[in-house]
Amino acid sequence: MDFVRREAPYLAPKADVASMMLQVLVALIPAALAHVWYFGPGFLFNLIVASIVCVGAEALMMRARGRDPEIALADFSVLVTAALLAFALPSLTPWWVTATGSLFAVVVAKHLYGGLGFNVFNPAMAGYVVILVAFPMDMNLWVAPRMGDIDYIDLTVLQTLNYTLTGSLPEALTFDALSRATPLDAMQSGLRNMRTYAEIRTNPMMGDFGGRGWEWIGNLFAFGGFWLLIKKIIRWQIPAGVFAGLLIPAGLMYIIAPGSNASPGFHLFSGATILCAFFIATDPVSAATSPKGRFIYGCGIGFLIFAIRKWGSYADGVAFAVLMMNMATPAIDYITRPHIVGHLTRGDRS
Amino acid sequence: MSAPTYDLGKLHGGLRLQAHKKISTAKPIRHIPVPRQLILPITQHAGDPAQPIVSIGERVFKGQLIAEQEGSLGAPVHASSSGRVVAIEPWPVSRRYGDNAPCIVIECDGKDEAIGTADNLPGYETLAPRDLLSRILQGGIVGLGGAVFPTAQKLMQAMSCELEFLILNGVECEPYISCDDVLMREYAHEVIAGAQILLHALDLDLCYVVIESDKPVAIRRLGEVLAQLDDARIVLKQVPTIYPSGGEDQLVQLVTNREVPSGGLPTDVGCLVQNVGTAAAIHNWINNNQPLVSRITTVTGDGVARPMNVEARLGTTIADIIEVAGGYTDRAEQLIIGGPMTGKSVTSDRVPLVKATNCILVISKSPSVSAELPCIRCGDCAAVCPIQLLPQQLFWYACADDEAKMRSYGLTDCIECGCCDLVCPSHIPLTADFRTAKARIRELADEKARAARARLRFEARNERLEMEQTLRDEELAQQKESARKAGPDAIAEILKRKQEQDED
Repeated sequence: MDFVRREAPYLAPKADVASMMLQVLVALIPAALAHVWYFGPGFLFNLIVASIVCVGAEALMMRARGRDPEIALADFSVLVTAALLAFALPSLTPWWVTATGSLFAVVVAKHLYGGLGFNVFNPAMAGYVVILVAFPMDMNLWVAPRMGDIDYIDLTVLQTLNYTLTGSLPEALTFDALSRATPLDAMQSGLRNMRTYAEIRTNPMMGDFGGRGWEWIGNLFAFGGFWLLIKKIIRWQIPAGVFAGLLIPAGLMYIIAPGSNASPGFHLFSGATILCAFFIATDPVSAATSPKGRFIYGCGIGFLIFAIRKWGSYADGVAFAVLMMNMATPAIDYITRPHIVGHLTRGDRS
Repeated sequence: MSAPTYDLGKLHGGLRLQAHKKISTAKPIRHIPVPRQLILPITQHAGDPAQPIVSIGERVFKGQLIAEQEGSLGAPVHASSSGRVVAIEPWPVSRRYGDNAPCIVIECDGKDEAIGTADNLPGYETLAPRDLLSRILQGGIVGLGGAVFPTAQKLMQAMSCELEFLILNGVECEPYISCDDVLMREYAHEVIAGAQILLHALDLDLCYVVIESDKPVAIRRLGEVLAQLDDARIVLKQVPTIYPSGGEDQLVQLVTNREVPSGGLPTDVGCLVQNVGTAAAIHNWINNNQPLVSRITTVTGDGVARPMNVEARLGTTIADIIEVAGGYTDRAEQLIIGGPMTGKSVTSDRVPLVKATNCILVISKSPSVSAELPCIRCGDCAAVCPIQLLPQQLFWYACADDEAKMRSYGLTDCIECGCCDLVCPSHIPLTADFRTAKARIRELADEKARAARARLRFEARNERLEMEQTLRDEELAQQKESARKAGPDAIAEILKRKQEQDED
């Protein structure tokens, strides 16, 4: 009788990349639904545009690199990139803006660096930063969340689609009528105009901690994030690091000068903090790799978010924080190598 | 308990794997009858091959020495049944490198006549440790946990160290394998007797018998025997069921909370580890005069009709053993000698059972898995690595063939347990890649050593040539000097003489 010859171990692997990526996508669904509820169907259109462009770009790049596009598409990683980018965009975004970001994310940030596993920068954030710089006006057009007592204008599905496709609003509607400063914008400009934290918080846009509507999306990101933690798709070090790096300095500043600083709760529930902690910073490829390194990496991102919000010119700093820490990853990995069992110290490695 | 207690250490990482052990432990050990033919490789141990001392056609008895130990590290081989030597020739065996090895083939007569008797054996207590060691050496006893390191030499090395205690390894952590479990259940007495001999040989007063918590029957049986013997030197210790806590260094870390130094041995941290099967084999040899001619092995997997544990004579072919276990099922696609994590896959069941064979695993091909993807640096491999290596970084450096980095990231410390493979979402065969990389590192080291030797030779040659040149120069200078002293007339005379010679 003849048998197959293989190399040990012979047990089937327990995990695969495709199912990890799928679970990340599933974990994003609750927050996506909330996003649509509060900010309208524009998110879905952005998601569709981003997905089509990302998948197309991935297929073309794989072909250009002489590889089978199916291999890359079957791992769903490019859809995670598309989804994260869509979450970063205002619900009203013209398609070419989304497409530019998607193209840059997949073509430059992912494939020009060698494809999945070799990208130094988080593709979604790299794509987002490009459009943030190239189309600053579009990235500022956030509508007010759909809350009963906030003055908001509800665009119909068709009007939203029309905007996505043409970039033009219905007659008699202007950007100014439609757009609202995000809670982070309001907070940053308010504090810089010497208004106190308490005063700014009287704005009807503000909720229990962060902005109304935003808070609930944040909660649902956290819900999805905890689910990923339980499923061991992500590990706790990066989210914990992001929260520690952001909330500790924010808390200290708030204790020292409560009037001129936003509370840690506001930082936590505003902007993309929770999305970043569970879904963006946890992209394993561009993150540090040892447990200790990941905590440091997370802390760095958290602190940079705080610093940009407090002293920077952008209202939120998630994308910049992530990209800057991506650059620090090799150094973090190098200094946080774990102790190898049987070696006396970390230095003893000959 | 008078024995000092040691903090139970913690192993980093590891995996809780599905055990698949109950399928083979349900029934008692089955004894395989004498086969028609025995195939005994002369290398069934770590070290140099044994030297055959029988000739073709010679009649041999069970327990008769047929190949002598050679070299400083090695073990002898005994005939495992009576019969006639019909060939000494290469035969397929289960080895990672190379497929054939010289074997002594015995045509059995079925009488199973033994050569030695247990009469007039001196009690082991009367033997000095040194004599006991040379006895153990003659018994062909090697580590039966799988590494087959010659036991006598291991003990010899240990005697030169400051030991605190002996550890008997009953932690059979690899899935499917249950031969040590059933051994402890059915031969608890022999295991403890072996431990007593080892304690005497090493002049120690403390032995931990370490067993994983998923073997309650074995723990109970050993406990009963210990209670009966009332030997306070031997202490049972339970450890959690985590793969690979049965690795020698891992077990030491678990029991003592001490790390075996890289490249060192457990004796460096005061303990010696022996497998429970080895202890029983020592008892059988020292107290009953039976050399190592058989072993218990687990025959299991979905490719075997009736999974079970068997005791078979060394040299029995896998095919003969499978037959007793009801033959193959239609799922038999892979034949693995050893466990599913570290075993060696072979293509033919003509290979013989050897001292290292703790398991014969027949399974279907793993469910079709998607192709290998690039590493996404998820770090799951690092989370499960018992050595706390960073397999994702090592993989990177192995791909780049960066020897210095591979070394500094501890490639040579990798125990090839296979945990990283199992959790890798990209299905990268990390363990196989590391095996190749290790071979590469060895190759590079050899190359370096060769280059260094060549350089030395080259330098010596240069030096010699230089010296010769200097001598020649000096000689020439001397000749010139003497010619100069002799004056122009003398030179003219020499030239004239030379001219005459040329004319002749």
